[in-house]
Amino acid sequence: MDEKRHIISILVENEFGSLSRIAGLFSARGYNIHCLNVAPTNDESISRMTLVTFCNDQKIKQLAKQLDKLIDVVNVKDLTEETHIEREMLLLKLKCNKNQRDEIKRLTDIFRARIIDVTDTGYTVELTGATEKILAFIESMGKIKIIEMVRSGTLGISRGIDSLENIK
Amino acid sequence: MKLSGSQIIIECLKKEGVEFIFGYPGGAVLHIYDALFGDKKIKHILTRHEQGATHAADGYARACGKPGVVLVTSGPGITNCVTGLATAHMDSVPMIIISGQVSREYVGSDAFQEADATGITRPVTKHNFLVDSRESIAEVFKKAFIIATTGRPGPVLIDIPKDLTDPKVKINFEYPKKVKLRSYKAPISESKSKIDEAAKLLASAKKPMIYAGGGVILGNAHKELAALVKNIGYPITNTLMGLGCYPATDNQFLGMLGMHGTYEANMAMHDCDVLLAVGARFDDRVTGDTSKFCPSAKIIHIDVDPSSISKIIEVDLSLVGETSKILRDLNKAVKPYLKNINKSALKRWWTQIDKWRTKKCLSYKTSKTIIKPQSVIETLYEITKGDAYVTSDVGQHQMWAAQYYKFDKPNRWINSGGLGTMGFGLPAAMGAQLAYPKSEVICVTGEASILMCIQELATCLQYRLPIKVITLNNRYMGMVRQWQEFFYEGRYAMSYMEAIPDFVQLASSFGHIGIKIEKPSELKSKLQEAMNLKDRLVFVDIITDQEENVYPMIKSGQAHNEMHLSPTGKDTELA
Ligand SMILES: Cc1ncc(C[n+]2csc(CCOP(=O)(O)OP(=O)(O)O)c2C)c(N)n1
Ligand SMILES: [Mg+2]
Repeated sequence: MDEKRHIISILVENEFGSLSRIAGLFSARGYNIHCLNVAPTNDESISRMTLVTFCNDQKIKQLAKQLDKLIDVVNVKDLTEETHIEREMLLLKLKCNKNQRDEIKRLTDIFRARIIDVTDTGYTVELTGATEKILAFIESMGKIKIIEMVRSGTLGISRGIDSLENIK
Repeated sequence: MKLSGSQIIIECLKKEGVEFIFGYPGGAVLHIYDALFGDKKIKHILTRHEQGATHAADGYARACGKPGVVLVTSGPGITNCVTGLATAHMDSVPMIIISGQVSREYVGSDAFQEADATGITRPVTKHNFLVDSRESIAEVFKKAFIIATTGRPGPVLIDIPKDLTDPKVKINFEYPKKVKLRSYKAPISESKSKIDEAAKLLASAKKPMIYAGGGVILGNAHKELAALVKNIGYPITNTLMGLGCYPATDNQFLGMLGMHGTYEANMAMHDCDVLLAVGARFDDRVTGDTSKFCPSAKIIHIDVDPSSISKIIEVDLSLVGETSKILRDLNKAVKPYLKNINKSALKRWWTQIDKWRTKKCLSYKTSKTIIKPQSVIETLYEITKGDAYVTSDVGQHQMWAAQYYKFDKPNRWINSGGLGTMGFGLPAAMGAQLAYPKSEVICVTGEASILMCIQELATCLQYRLPIKVITLNNRYMGMVRQWQEFFYEGRYAMSYMEAIPDFVQLASSFGHIGIKIEKPSELKSKLQEAMNLKDRLVFVDIITDQEENVYPMIKSGQAHNEMHLSPTGKDTELA
């Protein structure tokens, strides 16, 4: 069966050890974590994780059930099953000489990125968007030297007014 | 009521109706031990190794269904429990493990006897807790007992820093009646229409088969299972973990299935057109080659754990929930369809099964000079009238016990099926004997396995546990040797031990009685003599045929109809 990209949203008790339980489940069962993001929600007792993994349909069902079985996990949802919005944030520290400054400025405009730090020898740029846009922007840097790159990993939310809490 | 953390722990255990704690003291739990000192309600069983404590609590839980409780110290105390936890976790046994931790101010500083207990045990427990305040102790205990005993049961660890058990600091204690566990899902109940669909499918079978596992015993659903099986008249097989959940002496029972299952059970699995799986998890020792598993069957699966469904084998219909309730509902739902059952097809199916039975796949060559291991189990069955609690270790002896002791009742067959832990048998027997002091408890073991927890003989003396240890002494790690014979051209690398102890002397040095049996002619009388010593532990060392193999056997990666029934070239029968 074909491996597909899945965005898994997990609501988890904001408790000691929750993250290691989830990470442990992935390594113990041989699933990959492509990227992972965790932060508290508006309910401070709950954290939301967004996780991207590549696997086939049978494996993803099993993975969701295994996650749901963890005592700390309140709810699990494969966002790719329905219409959803994805965003990722990129912070890029670039080294540039005089000639490249304009080039960078032009590219940030095209991609609607922002320059958030300026020094004599470089820029730091911030960009938000779907993963393809992030990748395209990185690609467009061409010869410009990337000193440091930080990505938030994918964040996702379903369209419409349903929330993960009350899907049950 | 104002109590110290230690006293709160003891009170919580009492509220949960705990009668025994299996444990071993050490620095981090000394406050708790002090609070336990002289307690009249809870009996502490001092094992001789923490592994022994976990297996004993496990054996207790498997025998009587109540959660087994373990108390150990930090560091080496809890690391010694890991094998026992993994054993219980694999077989879904309800247990509570209380481990001491270094005081909160030292946690994370590599303090003396500090180990990351929750980290180490995370993959081998259903859940674990690190208690962070005195106030939360009671709530954590309440949660732990709920989690350990409901849904698919399992071991739960509670790690408690020493300072929280300080006898000088007392707080108000009240055992919560309810706790909030929003993320713990109670088993769902299936819709009537889905149960009806299953009933219809079941009744449409021409060659039906029922395959029941340990979940039936854990879910206390054996009565409901028997009612359905009798009502519908279909053949049934059990997994290694399920033995006893359906009476083995009943005519509808085809024996155990899988790698060392019977010819009739495996053939019926292969040929069936509708399979009802109950509380079983399609383990690889059961399925063999999954691509050839029940090739022409529609499969219905009943299980309490949603993640068991379609994990290994994609099923056609799943019923998730309490096994006993679903079986009851299914039995009701199937009644109106009973008249649809194709009686003549079912009769032909039974005729076919009876033909497979004539192979007598469990027959073996008897001998007048050397004791056959199978005959030991058969004789034990005769003497105990099939009513003993039988624990086992891991190896050939385990398979022979499973094949030749016919279990008619649940909870009587206690073995480490999932993890296959050598060393499990003796301590598990201690737990079973404590749960049922008046019953006969037998530990069937091998001369290699028994040495892995041999220290527990001392515990047995201290608490006067009259277990009968039956060692099938083949001077080999028999199961390893069997595989080496089959798959490594007889190169017996490390499967033979040069220095086997004199078990009779060993038993007597521990204060028990040892009996050695070498001749087939004296097997029955000496076994009877051992069983007659009702109030003593008797260690029976039985010298058995050294190169006997376990048959039938499905070699790894083969299908149910590719069984080997006997060893010799010309007898080798491939079904
Ligand atoms: C703790 C542990 N280590 C290793 C094994 C692998 N193993 C399975 S059976 C076996 C041999 C058991 O020998 P014995 O207890 O004499 O039983 P027999 O097969 O001879 O009846 C071994 C080493 C195991 N199951 N458990
Ligand atoms: Mg042996």
